Amino acid sequence: MYAYDELDRTLLNERVEEFRDQVRRRLSGELTEDEFKMLRLQNGVYLQLHAYMFRVAIPYGTLSSNQLRQLAHVARKYDRGYGHFTTRQNIQFNWIKLAEQPDALADLAEVGIHAMQTSGNNTRNVTSDQWAGVAPGEIEDPRIWSEILRQYTTLHPEFSFLPRKFKFAITASAHDRAAIKIHDIGLRLHRNAEGEAGFEVLVGGGLGRTPFIGKTIKPFVHGRDLLSYVEAILRVYNQYGRRDNIYKARIKILVHELGIEKFAAEVEEEWRAMGDTALTLDDATIEEIRSRFTYPAYEKLPHVPDELKKAAADPLFERWRRNSVFTHKVQGYAIVTLSLKPVGGPPGDATADQMDALADLADKYSFGEIRVGHEQNLALPHVAKRDLPALWSALDKLGLATPNVNLVSDIIACPGLDYCSLANARSIPIAQELTRRFANPDTAELIGRLHINISGCINACGHHHVGHIGILGVEKNGEEFYQITIGGRADENAELGALIGPAVPYGEVADVIEDIVEAYLALRERPDELFVDAVKRLGVEPFRERVYATR
Amino acid sequence: MTSPLQQKIRITGPSIVTANRTIDGAVIYRNRASGWSTDLSDAAIVRNADEARALLAEAVADDVGAVGPYIAPVDVKEGGRIKPGNLREHIRQSGVTIDLLPVS
Repeated sequence: MYAYDELDRTLLNERVEEFRDQVRRRLSGELTEDEFKMLRLQNGVYLQLHAYMFRVAIPYGTLSSNQLRQLAHVARKYDRGYGHFTTRQNIQFNWIKLAEQPDALADLAEVGIHAMQTSGNNTRNVTSDQWAGVAPGEIEDPRIWSEILRQYTTLHPEFSFLPRKFKFAITASAHDRAAIKIHDIGLRLHRNAEGEAGFEVLVGGGLGRTPFIGKTIKPFVHGRDLLSYVEAILRVYNQYGRRDNIYKARIKILVHELGIEKFAAEVEEEWRAMGDTALTLDDATIEEIRSRFTYPAYEKLPHVPDELKKAAADPLFERWRRNSVFTHKVQGYAIVTLSLKPVGGPPGDATADQMDALADLADKYSFGEIRVGHEQNLALPHVAKRDLPALWSALDKLGLATPNVNLVSDIIACPGLDYCSLANARSIPIAQELTRRFANPDTAELIGRLHINISGCINACGHHHVGHIGILGVEKNGEEFYQITIGGRADENAELGALIGPAVPYGEVADVIEDIVEAYLALRERPDELFVDAVKRLGVEPFRERVYATR
Repeated sequence: MTSPLQQKIRITGPSIVTANRTIDGAVIYRNRASGWSTDLSDAAIVRNADEARALLAEAVADDVGAVGPYIAPVDVKEGGRIKPGNLREHIRQSGVTIDLLPVS
């Protein structure tokens, strides 16, 4: 965990009081909605279909147990007893009242949580690998650099009114769990030929109306130069990014229109002109940030403890262990992913009671730490393997042990038309029906890794373009229709999915997905050829034929 | 931001003006008494662009009480019962189409 200092606490408290005054002035009529809108957005407050929605940042997806308890408290006291974890490591509350908003923010500030820059045309919550600091083979804990970026971008005066929102993601592992290639700036920590650690910098990734995979702008930027190089990118974007058309305002459009070479040359010129700036990080500064991350005092434990050997006789435990337990960098420990995708449940939702109980389990089994992943699941990052059977039993009672992580029913879905004022079609009921269709865990295991991503509109909060199967809701003559893409992926080999044919109506979506999965099972070369690899090999045509032959 | 009053108003059938209440975001409908109601059956019905523009202007003037007023279609059933004219408005009136709480 990162330990906030007095400066952080003062900043949060001042921000709460500032917003309290802004809300008071809005409710009294001193501020019009036009004047207030940007202020509320910069504090994470949207207006949705039924109510205000409150988006709270979880920087780089790391939560302490006390922070999770406070999120539960906010859900219970100010909302309707639950929260929704998003694809950008945030949590959203759907029913917040504007008049109570400042109190909710004050309660969160007590545990160092805030909602700054979770909306608006500024730099958003810096996201990272949910296994940061515990993943085997990682170059370094990427949260150190995420935190440096968080401090640099928070309330940055030059970049608080960019042409459009701006998102960073960072990974330090070969396997990208942070989806860096679909972010405005993606950073991959790696070592150069001399063995020095630094960043491959990607720019111009993003989904939405005009999706692009990020392009490498510089293969290696030393850590000390990270902020100055990023600032050069932001300056070029701030200067040339379009402000006349919201649909063309993201950096991805600028990079696409200029071309990566010209854009890179502009950035290089800006960066060289900056010279050795105050943004150049010295070792002491980096070390100061690094030192504020504390790590558990791991015990020396056996690789396979007796408790695990004994529990292996229980097929239900074994299925969960196989699916949800992952290798930790320290022998005797494991990373445990907690599925927030129960059969028939809204993807990514957790009740206040579940959050409280999970906070207790984190204290008992994971050194008080919880992680949030962009796939809308949670993780306990430091579980001793001997504790896995007891943890599984407790999670199962809470409905948090569905063994479907990375399987067909582990669906990413945006809130869709059930909540969102931008949506054209519903997402959650489609996801719920699909989890019922694929509820049999044997079938799900047989299918293997398969990511279904659903968005209720072209803004793509459900990352449908990079789902192995992507589902996009559209509206046609007042009816909900859904476009289906296949072959997308969000990892280090990120690709955009390809459309398989005309959109299908709401009532046929689950049947179509079943047809696609059945086609895959019939066409795969061997049981371990993943769906996405089969699509790569075969192309869209066999799947198109299967879906549309009888429609 | 373009004011809703500057936008071209086209209505093809009975319509109402709806918004969200400033203090809590609740769905509200402009009623016949120049106020707001959370009950769609209280909504003032307009049937042509001039009527719609006038009702919208009245709603926009109440910037303190309401956020984002706009014109929405409705169906007027037998006996004068008012029903939302599309899925979005149905969800705004009736709530989400799913169980609120996650299954556990």
